[in-house]
Amino acid sequence: MNLTLFVWRQRDKDSQGKLEEYKAHDISPDMSFLEMLDVVNERLIKEGKEPIAFDHDCREGICGMCSQVINGIPHGPQGKTTVCQLHMRHFKDGDRIYIEPWRARAFPIIKDLIVDRSALDRIIQAGGYVSVHTGGVPDANAILIPKPDADTAMDAAECIGCGACVAACPNGSAMLFTAAKVTHLAMLPQGKVEAARRVCLMTEQMLKEGFGNCTNHYECQAACPKGIKVSFIAKLNREFIKAQF
Amino acid sequence: MRFIDTSIGKKVIMAVTGIALVKFLFIHLIGNSTIFLGPEGINAYAKGLHSLPPIVWGFRLIMLLIFGIHIYFAVQLTLDNKKAKPIGYSVDKNLAATFSGKTMIWTGLIILGFVIYHLLHFTLQITSPYFIASSHPDNFGRPDVFKMVILSFQKISIALIYALSITALALHLSHGVQSIFQTLGLNGDYLMPKIKALGLALALILSIGYLSIPAAIQLGIISL
Ligand code: HEM
Ligand code: SF4
Ligand code: FES
Repeated sequence: MNLTLFVWRQRDKDSQGKLEEYKAHDISPDMSFLEMLDVVNERLIKEGKEPIAFDHDCREGICGMCSQVINGIPHGPQGKTTVCQLHMRHFKDGDRIYIEPWRARAFPIIKDLIVDRSALDRIIQAGGYVSVHTGGVPDANAILIPKPDADTAMDAAECIGCGACVAACPNGSAMLFTAAKVTHLAMLPQGKVEAARRVCLMTEQMLKEGFGNCTNHYECQAACPKGIKVSFIAKLNREFIKAQF
Repeated sequence: MRFIDTSIGKKVIMAVTGIALVKFLFIHLIGNSTIFLGPEGINAYAKGLHSLPPIVWGFRLIMLLIFGIHIYFAVQLTLDNKKAKPIGYSVDKNLAATFSGKTMIWTGLIILGFVIYHLLHFTLQITSPYFIASSHPDNFGRPDVFKMVILSFQKISIALIYALSITALALHLSHGVQSIFQTLGLNGDYLMPKIKALGLALALILSIGYLSIPAAIQLGIISL
């Protein structure tokens, strides 16, 4: 397939960026989106030009590093799929594809398509943990957990911290990410102990990092590659209100 | 951090003031519906309402305060959110956001403009100089609210202003009511579709209810 790409190029955080046009020739439909960009980059390097900088690591949909907005949709047109798992067969020969970085005040651009997502790490640092004594590993079944609770916690734990929810949100809000982390821990007996403190600290950090406020548009849920649901945001709100008393 | 400085705290205040405003809309609609009973209905209702000034004024002040708080946080949150997303995408796509959701501040501001006009029109009776109810008593010596309303809504321009504002209200509520449940954490996978339907139903009931009055007068179903 032959494609025309419009890619956001920006030298560093402070310089002015713009969309630049590139041709991608002889792309196999079996390539992943990132492999297609690899092909384009190889050509750019051969021509002595600066390759397109983009984030990636596992390329198997689990690390949350890949982060591109493709034709206006974070992670591209295929639902519940990260960019690295998106394949070129979902595009047509001759397609024009716009590729842009995550956009949000809290995610400053480092270069081209790479943004700084450490704000999400700082939300985790603020309270996304359980305090336990170190020492011997406890017995797996020492604390009984009802199966539905364990399932909900596991669903929430699927979040890979990619930030697509922030990129999709018209308000640049990190509520879906934070909701996933808060729910994951609040569902379990080990996490309940610090639940009130955690939800306050994490939502406070969210605000300090410059993320926006949720207005219940649910764009985040539609963009999330891991199917994190907005009902977790309701759970987050519930935990926050409970923590006030 | 104080509750009202937190992101969710501000949203909770929006939701709680929203509930109070929606409740007021229901009570107000029930009161207004007495117009379908003719002058006996609405003139008696208006007289009854105003027979206890401290209660009327207390109620008005509380409603005004709630309205003011809702608007204050609405503007603050909207400006905040604009700043949190300084640049959009060159391809503007929405996967889930609705027209009514994205226009909350605009439908809200239309409602604000309308409320000011509405108070000037029927409460202070400044913009309806061709008929002031308080100086035109009916046969029982009560202000003839019935006649004032009929004469107003027989004017197509006034009926249209009301219709437009009620449409804005319908849009505001179709996103707003279901939002209340999500914001207050009273939502879940099972409830979500039902709550969305409830929000839409409440928005429709209220707007059709309010629209029915100018519509009935324009169509001549209620007349002097
Ligand atoms: C009769 C009058 C009104 C009613 C019944 C009403 C009702 C509501 C409700 C129920 C919500 C949802 C709250 C939530 O998200 O949980 C809401 C949100 C909102 N209202 Fe109103 N409202 C009214 C007037 C106004 C006015 C005058 C303005 C603006 C100046 C306004 C602006 C907004 C905005 C911007 C939101 C979204 C806030 C957010 O999600 O962050 N509203 N309203
Ligand atoms: S909630 Fe979904 S979109 Fe948001 S960071 Fe987690 S995996 Fe990514
Ligand atoms: S590169 Fe790891 S999730 Fe895409």
